[in-house]
Amino acid sequence: MVMELREKLEILADAAKYDASCASSGTEKRDSRDGGLGSTEGMGICHAYAPDGRCISLLKVLLTNACVFDCAYCINRASSNVRRARFSVREIVGLTLDFYRRNYIEGLFLSSGIIRSPDYTMEQIVRVARELREVHGFKGYIHLKTIPDASPELLAEAGRHADRLSINVELPRAESLKALAPEKDGRAIRVAMAGLRMRIEEAREAQGEAARVKVAMGGGRRAVAPRFAPAGQSTQMIVGADASTDAVILDTSSALYGSYRLKRVYFSAYSPIPDASAVLPPVAPPLVREHRLYQADWLLRFYGFSAPEVMAGGEGGMLDLEVDPKLAWALKHRAAFPVDVNRAEREMLLRVPGLGAKTVDRIVAARRVRSFRMADLARLRVNLRKVAPFVTAVDHHPRAGLLDRADLRALLLPRDGLAERAGVAAAGMLARPVQLPLFGGAHV
Amino acid sequence: MFSVPLSAPDDFEGWRAAARGLVMAGVRPADVDWRVAGDPVPLFGGGPPPAPPEGAEAPRVPRDFPDLARLVAMHRDGERFALLHSLLHRLQAERGLLEDAADPEVARAQAMARAVRRDAHKMHAFLRFREVRVEDGVPAMPLPPPPPVNVPRDPARPRNARSVALALRDLGVLEEEEPGAAGKEAVAAPMAPSALPDSRFVAWFEPEHHVLRAEAGFFMRRFASLRWSILTPGLSAHWDGGAVRFGPGARRADAPAEDAAEGLWRAYFASIFNPARLKPDAMRAEMPKKYWRNLPEAREIPRLMAEAPKRVAEMVTRGATPAAERRQRAVHLPAHLRGVPDVQPVMAADLPTENGDFAEAQAALRRDLLARNDLPPWVAHATQPVMGEGPRHPLLMFVGEQPGDEEDIAGRPFVGPAGRLWNKALEEAGVPRGEAYVTNAVKHFKFKPTGKRRLHQSPDAGDITFYRPFLQREIGIVQPRLIVTLGATALRAVTGRAMPVTKMRGSLLRDPEGRPFYPTVHPSYLLRIPDPAGKAREYDRFVEDLGQAAATARGMAAG
Repeated sequence: MVMELREKLEILADAAKYDASCASSGTEKRDSRDGGLGSTEGMGICHAYAPDGRCISLLKVLLTNACVFDCAYCINRASSNVRRARFSVREIVGLTLDFYRRNYIEGLFLSSGIIRSPDYTMEQIVRVARELREVHGFKGYIHLKTIPDASPELLAEAGRHADRLSINVELPRAESLKALAPEKDGRAIRVAMAGLRMRIEEAREAQGEAARVKVAMGGGRRAVAPRFAPAGQSTQMIVGADASTDAVILDTSSALYGSYRLKRVYFSAYSPIPDASAVLPPVAPPLVREHRLYQADWLLRFYGFSAPEVMAGGEGGMLDLEVDPKLAWALKHRAAFPVDVNRAEREMLLRVPGLGAKTVDRIVAARRVRSFRMADLARLRVNLRKVAPFVTAVDHHPRAGLLDRADLRALLLPRDGLAERAGVAAAGMLARPVQLPLFGGAHV
Repeated sequence: MFSVPLSAPDDFEGWRAAARGLVMAGVRPADVDWRVAGDPVPLFGGGPPPAPPEGAEAPRVPRDFPDLARLVAMHRDGERFALLHSLLHRLQAERGLLEDAADPEVARAQAMARAVRRDAHKMHAFLRFREVRVEDGVPAMPLPPPPPVNVPRDPARPRNARSVALALRDLGVLEEEEPGAAGKEAVAAPMAPSALPDSRFVAWFEPEHHVLRAEAGFFMRRFASLRWSILTPGLSAHWDGGAVRFGPGARRADAPAEDAAEGLWRAYFASIFNPARLKPDAMRAEMPKKYWRNLPEAREIPRLMAEAPKRVAEMVTRGATPAAERRQRAVHLPAHLRGVPDVQPVMAADLPTENGDFAEAQAALRRDLLARNDLPPWVAHATQPVMGEGPRHPLLMFVGEQPGDEEDIAGRPFVGPAGRLWNKALEEAGVPRGEAYVTNAVKHFKFKPTGKRRLHQSPDAGDITFYRPFLQREIGIVQPRLIVTLGATALRAVTGRAMPVTKMRGSLLRDPEGRPFYPTVHPSYLLRIPDPAGKAREYDRFVEDLGQAAATARGMAAG
């Protein structure tokens, strides 16, 4: 029986939505003035947002949701009763171009269930990208999921067409992977990611070399260097499907960033699926936890926090769910405050709850010509309620003893997010209904 | 009061030319009335401002001011040109003014620039084209009579009864080049739309600020091979190759009302939504409701939100479902991906260590290491074990400390910075690479993740002890004439005891098994010496050591 294109799209988008990545940023600049269709100009674009608050930047679909792997957390696992569908190469290419021309999307994120063999599956994925690039001159963004055991030739071609490649580590620990995804091999995944890093770095070096040669030769024709995934690689870890603590998750994500120079490690709260496995019955997705992990990950990578410092804000290897990890750290290190916004080092300003990295840079630049008062901070759009206990300014000193008050934490609990709380509570799902504005939720 | 006319709401160049003269003439910002063409004429309009005095100095601005001003000039705020004039005026005395983000006027200008940037970005994101059938680029529909030429119109108020076709007709009347950098690019590479010659893609969009002229280049670069028109209330932009053309504003009814692809797009939007993650506030923060009426997919939002709780409750109530009777089968998968081990574990006792196949013995060593379930916990973060490389019965067997970042990634020993230095020294010492076997005392990379890099961590006594049996077995397989230990870890791994390298280096010793070895420093030590003279001296000594070791080994009986 022939399935309607629309039906296939519904099944294969539904099958792809548990992958958090939708980024379209960080690739080379190119456009269609010399032919073809599309452009990438560095900045990612979210063309729409679904009611789950997630960015829709790419057409994110599976080639097929048929799969011979039986991963307990996955809607597409071999033993699931989900309806199966498969796109033809032509159908995906057509959808991508039709959506792109109407400015719905930045490009395509193509993944697939494993069918027949890793090479066969990878070859199908690569064929879509090849046709888009070579037949239609598509200049938009392409993200391809990489099958770890596929042949080096296929990987090389995937990297030539794609802007980004990704392999999901799926779970924070090897033991969890063994238990929940018996056919997946954590070691093979790591070796494959190492291989991607090597190729990405080789290509980048070769491009740099080619550019230098081009300059030395006085410009002229574009120097040819092999291209390989200029927007790098990323991965995803599911949170809450196994018993790993936040400490373990952050430890693994830091190691992954450092080891494979990942552009992003996505955390994806384990979310109920329509046809759950007995091994992993449906539960409320730990959305707040996922959010706190993103915040902590940010502190590690951009705010000069060490892993033990971030974890010191919580208890027993778990982050504090009620307050963000920077505030949690500050509440446990009150002796370090208040910080003088007019004199403190940049590193110390970065530790003040409520001051972001950009704001800190603006303060440091502006205080050369200005002595900061609270109204000046307000003009930089700082949340005064949040920073007040932790800073001093010309006209502000926290009341004596404020920092020692036992109820300081209660005073600082976020007041916003009530609507979210109501929404989630209505779904009857969340044990600890606290929701904060996302900063880990922007995917570009 | 002076009156200064500007030709369009986003007439930055007009403002710039006038403001330079005003600052030179010393006119106060409060005394200027900036008037955009089409604005209602005030009852008491001021006269033209005075000309700047002879020889007056042109105003100077910091490098980032023009970019800021260009953005602010696109804001819909009626005071934007006065604010820019004031900033320009103050910058003449306060050079560092723009650094002070807490200054009220700077803060306001930056907020306006931010709003314009966001508006432009949202235009890139939320503008939707609809396809119309055309003949020779013109829609197949009757054209109303062309409008009178050169009549200034109120850009805020759309004209009545315009159509896509009329907007196109206007192109011949109101032809303009694209301004600024984008304009230059447009001229550099004009091309004719080639794809879908029978189609025109038309969009209706309502920007909050005057961003279309500046942002048309984005759509031109992206959709250069298509014909397109973007209609907004104040301005329209059209592309048929060559250069973007601008025409007067339009009305929503001028754009096509639907597109055949929208059904599929809405289906995609609905399917990619995860009802268990309902966060409507997060959605609205990034996609405010004001955009919804021009987004075909937004029609789905109320339904998706209303149905979400029920869909989730159903999933939870249903709980786990029994496995499918017709399970997907893995007929073509290689054995190891079907959960069947591809190699039978080899017992250490069965190994052909003496006379068996060298490569097989090495592979078995690797397998046995991987099969251990008591590996140190930090090994979980390493990519792979890095085993030794080189010929059997080499002149020299080098034992280093542990693989580093590059070795861990490549899966090969001595390919990182220290390895490259070692290679160079080996060559200078006259030892052919083919006569050297190289390995590490510890086979995995031990590191501490810090931000973007991995910080090498020295293996501790426990790590060395864990890997020691594997090294001993490796030495047994390789059977070198002489072992060269590089650094303290290797020395300890070979002897089983902690010993100072500096005291032992350069002498021929025997390990507990009676095998001869020769200790020297690790090449990474050379890399860490800060002063160049000391570095060169130590490097020469290292080369000497390697030469000495090779000479000693050559003097020994083979085997």
